Amino acid sequence: MTKIALNLISGRTIQQGVAMEGGKEKDAYTKACGIIEMDISDLKKLGAYRNTNVRVTSKHGSVVVKAIEATQGPHPGLAWIPLGPWANSVTDPNTYSTGMPTFKGVPIEVEIAINEKVLSSVELVQKKCRGEI
Amino acid sequence: MTKTVTDVICPFCGTLCDDLEVVVSDDGKTIVDVYNACAIGAEKFMHSQARDRVKRPRMQQPDGTYKEVSYDEAVEYTAQMLANAKKPLMYGWSSTSCEAQSVGHEIAEKVGAIVDNTATVCHGTTLIAVQDVGIPSCTLGEIKNRADRIIFWGCNPAHAHPRHQSRYSIFPRGFFTNKGHKNRKVVVVDPRRTDTAKMADYHFQIEQGRDYELLSAFRVAVRGEWLPDTVAGISKERIYEAAEMLKSGRFGIIFFGMGVTQSLSKNHNIDEAIMLTKDLNDYTKFSIMAMRGHYNVTGSGQVMGWQFGFPYATDLSRGFARYNPGETTSNDLLVRGEVDAVFVLGSDPGAHFPISSVKKISQLPSVCVDPHITPTSEVSKLHVPVAFVGVEVGGNCYRMDNVPIDARKVVDPPEGMLTDEEFLTRVNKRLEQLVAVT
Repeated sequence: MTKIALNLISGRTIQQGVAMEGGKEKDAYTKACGIIEMDISDLKKLGAYRNTNVRVTSKHGSVVVKAIEATQGPHPGLAWIPLGPWANSVTDPNTYSTGMPTFKGVPIEVEIAINEKVLSSVELVQKKCRGEI
Repeated sequence: MTKTVTDVICPFCGTLCDDLEVVVSDDGKTIVDVYNACAIGAEKFMHSQARDRVKRPRMQQPDGTYKEVSYDEAVEYTAQMLANAKKPLMYGWSSTSCEAQSVGHEIAEKVGAIVDNTATVCHGTTLIAVQDVGIPSCTLGEIKNRADRIIFWGCNPAHAHPRHQSRYSIFPRGFFTNKGHKNRKVVVVDPRRTDTAKMADYHFQIEQGRDYELLSAFRVAVRGEWLPDTVAGISKERIYEAAEMLKSGRFGIIFFGMGVTQSLSKNHNIDEAIMLTKDLNDYTKFSIMAMRGHYNVTGSGQVMGWQFGFPYATDLSRGFARYNPGETTSNDLLVRGEVDAVFVLGSDPGAHFPISSVKKISQLPSVCVDPHITPTSEVSKLHVPVAFVGVEVGGNCYRMDNVPIDARKVVDPPEGMLTDEEFLTRVNKRLEQLVAVT
């Protein structure tokens, strides 16, 4: 299976903001944030169609999200997951004595996970906390 | 016949828009429509009306499900948890009023807690930088009326502060900027071609994490000194050109966001951005401002500042206020296992902290006070729903430029529901009985 290495950043999108205020337990929040925006050239390298589920893995964790084409690109080599529990499943918790985890600039690997499901925010956080995934 | 409530404050982002119009039903109980708000602000008002809203506190059962309990039981659990903990963490505070924050701080002092707000994962590094080198800032009104050079560094207000550009930074016609955006030159520095960048005159698509280098290069270019051919992926010609453009303005402003505060170098990035502002003041008038996220995170910093002397991460466990980012900040405390209870109000660390910190919260006695169901509420031992500040109860809030604005109440909360301040006041009263105060 092809794996590609990317640099992950996260942050707000307006869809994330609207879905968050509409309820983080709802499907709209999963649709807004359980995604990874990748440059079209990186999707080609991965050999993935748009809207394919992928597994994102870093030194700090792993999560399944849906890969979509970058909405604010082009940004080859850079991947974007909107802020939320999906991004925070793989983000770098090191604060280097500043109190601030390193949310931007996390080396990740992405591989196709067509048969795996994108979990809802509550399910994802509860399962991670219980150590089930 | 519906009624329209005018001049409503939007309790979403730090822009704290104060021109919303909310249409309420004849009996004044239901919000029918919201005008002038951005998509996120409108959704916040409308979601307060959701039929499936949780209206009573819920306690986690041994099998992980939640059972409804009374507010009295919730007050008792919270007070007992805080009284029995050796070093509780009281986190959040950014989505509530200054009045509620003040009561929360009283509780924290009583039980020897650590009080930390969302700046810890947002502009905490900015606050460290401000303590290091100071900050030349201004109000958003001055920017609207005077600024003709606008820099957005590592921030994307088109998505995060949707009305910022139309109210203050790019489009408004001000007293000395009567041609609106035609009077202004806009620079965006971002590793993505963001929707804000699409509106800019100059977009510097920086290599991610190289903000310190590019800020330093701008300082060099402002002085007309030597630069290598490219810095952070940007050619020296473009840097020199932008530096001259900035110097030729009458009033400039740097807005910065998570792109600089959360990337490596962190507070040093902001040190450098503030020093660039200082350098530019040798040629023209320049200011710098943090794009604060939550609508009252600035207020939390203010209240904590005037009560304890520090803007976030204040440790009261020794009976006096200490502050040491890296030691007394939420994520460091959680990951190192240094707290034995967690109280969250007005924030959602379950969604916005790294998962390693969230796991620790789920293992500790924990209370989440939040109107919504959130990942935090669903891993905490107790969830206390409260009224929405700025929708169902008023209160003081601080805009991103440190201007205090009173939020207005639009409709009543569901019957019997407490506000943040009422819940905290009841916990505080119970703690007076539980904790001996010397």
